[in-house]
Amino acid sequence: MGKLIYNQFDMELQPPYKAPDYKSTILRAPSKPLIITKKNLSELSGPVFKDFKLGILDHDLTKNAIKYGDPIGERIVVSGKVTNELGQPIPNTLIEIWQANAAGKYIHKVDQHDAPLDPNFLGAGRCMTDANGNYKFYTIKPGAYPWGNHHNAWRPNHIHFSLFGGDISSRLITQMYFPKDPLFEFDPIYNAIPKRGRELLVSSLDLSITEPEYALGYRFDIVLRGHNETPFENK
Amino acid sequence: MTTTNKISPQTPSQTIGPYFAYGLTPEQYGYNFKSWVDNKMVDPSKNLNTITIYGKVYDGKGNAINDAMIELWQNDGETKLFGRYGTGSDESNHFSFLTIKPNSVDGQAPYINVIVYMRGQLLHSYTRIYFSDEELNNSDITLKSIPKERQHTIIANKTSDGYEFNIYMQGLKETVFFQI
Ligand SMILES: [Fe+2]
Repeated sequence: MGKLIYNQFDMELQPPYKAPDYKSTILRAPSKPLIITKKNLSELSGPVFKDFKLGILDHDLTKNAIKYGDPIGERIVVSGKVTNELGQPIPNTLIEIWQANAAGKYIHKVDQHDAPLDPNFLGAGRCMTDANGNYKFYTIKPGAYPWGNHHNAWRPNHIHFSLFGGDISSRLITQMYFPKDPLFEFDPIYNAIPKRGRELLVSSLDLSITEPEYALGYRFDIVLRGHNETPFENK
Repeated sequence: MTTTNKISPQTPSQTIGPYFAYGLTPEQYGYNFKSWVDNKMVDPSKNLNTITIYGKVYDGKGNAINDAMIELWQNDGETKLFGRYGTGSDESNHFSFLTIKPNSVDGQAPYINVIVYMRGQLLHSYTRIYFSDEELNNSDITLKSIPKERQHTIIANKTSDGYEFNIYMQGLKETVFFQI
């Protein structure tokens, strides 16, 4: 294990701000050294989701945007555990997800990819971890899509995740990938992560999560920065 | 803490990408999905002292970024608030928030935490908003730990419309970002 400084990004596992192969980082990465500061109350707290009301279909992207019938594509179920760096579960924390449809097309207005939208699929959802830090949602396996980074740049299949945890330092935006994607080796976003960290973003096919005759299951466990057992309480 | 605790490796961060809006700020961008948070952090009918904080996010060439997402986090022990807004729904790529100014905690100058996310950032950036009309800025430990010529980059200027806070990712005016 690398040396771990609690509550800081472990740069042996995390991508750098500037990764020139991913061209958009060149004009957007901070260039000056970060300032180290003491944490106050404001850094040590975050939104509380105790009384948060999810929509009934928020956790099921195969159903939350149906207009005429089921969305097209491979139905999957994604599940895992959210813990802190000591392996302690993080209960009742919100997970937000967004992704392309089976054809590799995002519903977002600026997506220029010449692929069809699915009238029955939005590609956005939410779920909450339970008392043991476990979460689960249903969706359609997203397709690969091209992007303008370089000639023939295609993103490996992925689902975008947003998580909170206990405070400002546990906040995480990431992407979940699928096992053995042949596009991994060509993707500068995935490869910006130090080698040792890459596998941590690859889900695994899991028959114990798979629902017979219904949906293949993928496991994706998430470790948020920090080590506070009780994330936070509202004042 | 006991020594038997095993350290689990942090899940690596990845970029928010250009397509977050319909998932994270859907109503702001007109998508048919309910938002759970937006830029109105307080109800103006219940708070007399609301302030507006607004600004833009600039890249290293000085262009205003139209696909950044900004989150404000504040807690002064009395009021805890959270807000979120994208820079892509306004023609000139502004963000804006309606909130209240936090109180000073432990004699420090009042401030609001800011997290900045965008395509082209594999890790999000942390900064703070201080306020130009605060005496306590002069004695604040955090501000004093920053080179003098950079302190102004995290102090929002009081204007007739509220407080203006522009974020510069790079260059001479590069905003101070924190390691948190
Ligand atoms: Fe994506």
